[in-house]
Amino acid sequence: MAYSDKVIDHYSNPKNVGTLDKASKSVGTGLVGAPECGDVMRLQIQVDEATGIITDAKFKTFGCGSAIASSSLATEWLKGKSVDEAVKIDNMDLVEELNLPPVKIHCSVLAEDAIKSAINDYRVKNGLAELVFEERIH
Amino acid sequence: MLKLPIYLDHNSTTPMDPRVLEAMIPYFTENFGNAASRNHSFGWHAEEAVDYAREQIAQLIGADPKEIIFTSGATEGDNLGIKGVYEMYASKGNHIITCTTEHKAVLDTCKHLEKLGAEVTYLEVQPDGLIDLKELEAAMRPTTILVAIMYANNEIGVVQPVKEIGAIAKKHGALFFTDAVQAVGKIPVDVIADGIDIMAFTAHKMYGPKGVGALYVRRKNPRVKVTAQMDGGGHERGMRSGTLNVPGIVGFGKAAEIARTDMAADTERISKLRDKLENALKQIDETYVNGNPAHRLPHVSNISFKYVEGEGLMMGFNKDIALSSGSACTSASLEPSYVLKALGLGDDLAHSSLRFGLGRYTTEEQIDFTIKAVSETVLKLREMSPLWEMFKEGVDIDAIQWAHH
Repeated sequence: MAYSDKVIDHYSNPKNVGTLDKASKSVGTGLVGAPECGDVMRLQIQVDEATGIITDAKFKTFGCGSAIASSSLATEWLKGKSVDEAVKIDNMDLVEELNLPPVKIHCSVLAEDAIKSAINDYRVKNGLAELVFEERIH
Repeated sequence: MLKLPIYLDHNSTTPMDPRVLEAMIPYFTENFGNAASRNHSFGWHAEEAVDYAREQIAQLIGADPKEIIFTSGATEGDNLGIKGVYEMYASKGNHIITCTTEHKAVLDTCKHLEKLGAEVTYLEVQPDGLIDLKELEAAMRPTTILVAIMYANNEIGVVQPVKEIGAIAKKHGALFFTDAVQAVGKIPVDVIADGIDIMAFTAHKMYGPKGVGALYVRRKNPRVKVTAQMDGGGHERGMRSGTLNVPGIVGFGKAAEIARTDMAADTERISKLRDKLENALKQIDETYVNGNPAHRLPHVSNISFKYVEGEGLMMGFNKDIALSSGSACTSASLEPSYVLKALGLGDDLAHSSLRFGLGRYTTEEQIDFTIKAVSETVLKLREMSPLWEMFKEGVDIDAIQWAHH
């Protein structure tokens, strides 16, 4: 299976690899996947509390090239968005942008889950109710 | 000059030795006869060539040429050997013993026979990949007709205690079948000394052509017969019908001859390179070699690089280096290698494994390049791995409640 140029580019030059302070109130952390499944993604957002804008995003991913590319692209898209806009990022947008084959769609689902999980972590830390998302079958 | 890409997947297939190709060429054009044509010189030439190849192959495994049945490859050999015994010896019993790390051609054949009424025992392997002989002994029943245990494993290269297995089977009156596709031509295999009754192997794993293999079927002590799985002209002593693939068989014979004459020198050179590769990669933290290191093929090394995922790892160098991973992501099933799981490795280590298969044309320069590329990619991906970060911080990863999906 050949990878798309965009996947190769994100894999070779991943954007925003790193760690934010997960104890900080302005940081939301999402950790999804499982080592047994061959994918673990950790995605973090730094939110400006006054404006609700995501000023920084970082990731670390254990997984295949498509999982790394999905999380790298997700962090790119998160930066500059408001938290409310970020919730709307759909995995199929990642699939389209990265040209993922059907067998790799679960990588994009995982990235979407990581975004939602990070946002909820941020919301809970700031006294907001957790958003409820529809259960998905991966 | 280092030529890229580097091929380190010799357990999948091998390049054909140019000496093999040279031997084959006349049998496509001038000597194109059907080896079963008994009444003209075209047929005689073809038959003569096939008989010569039969001798070359028999010599490699210590067999009599009449004991070699040509097939299309080891998958056919596994099917013919196991199904053929099941049918031929139905009056004696219906129990087969095999093990969980066999090739799918053996496992799925056994599963197929279970549907037809066979009872199959799947022996677990020990953490080093070898079966426990006591368990084998305990699994033998009066109805056991066949013990089917591979000679050497395709993923981790461990070599089973074949001689002891053969002796146990014989003691209990069962036949011993072995899938020796990874072993023949790589390490000394002797069907007499090893007590093998039926053995499947193939040309393309030993620098011969694809599409041709052989089934060794013992003729003495005991005389073994397998029921043919294809009806037809009754070729190969009635056990395998179909016009013989004469050029392929000629190539197979040549490959067997070269394997026999070059084995000692090849093994010495290749195992040194394998050890160099393995020792260098073991220097990386949290790296584990899978399978018994002493009872192992000389050209294989299977290594898990904890906290990085195999497919992601390969992507770092698969432009330049061809090898295989036990990672789920390399297959459509999303399940990691069942062989590594059978060793008791967690799924995470199975996902993190690479199989290096060296070969006759592997050079030291290629190994040096591979050591560098793999090491660099492991380090790079660990910097990107949340699991590595947790490990470094002392977080117990196994204690985390992961959401399985």
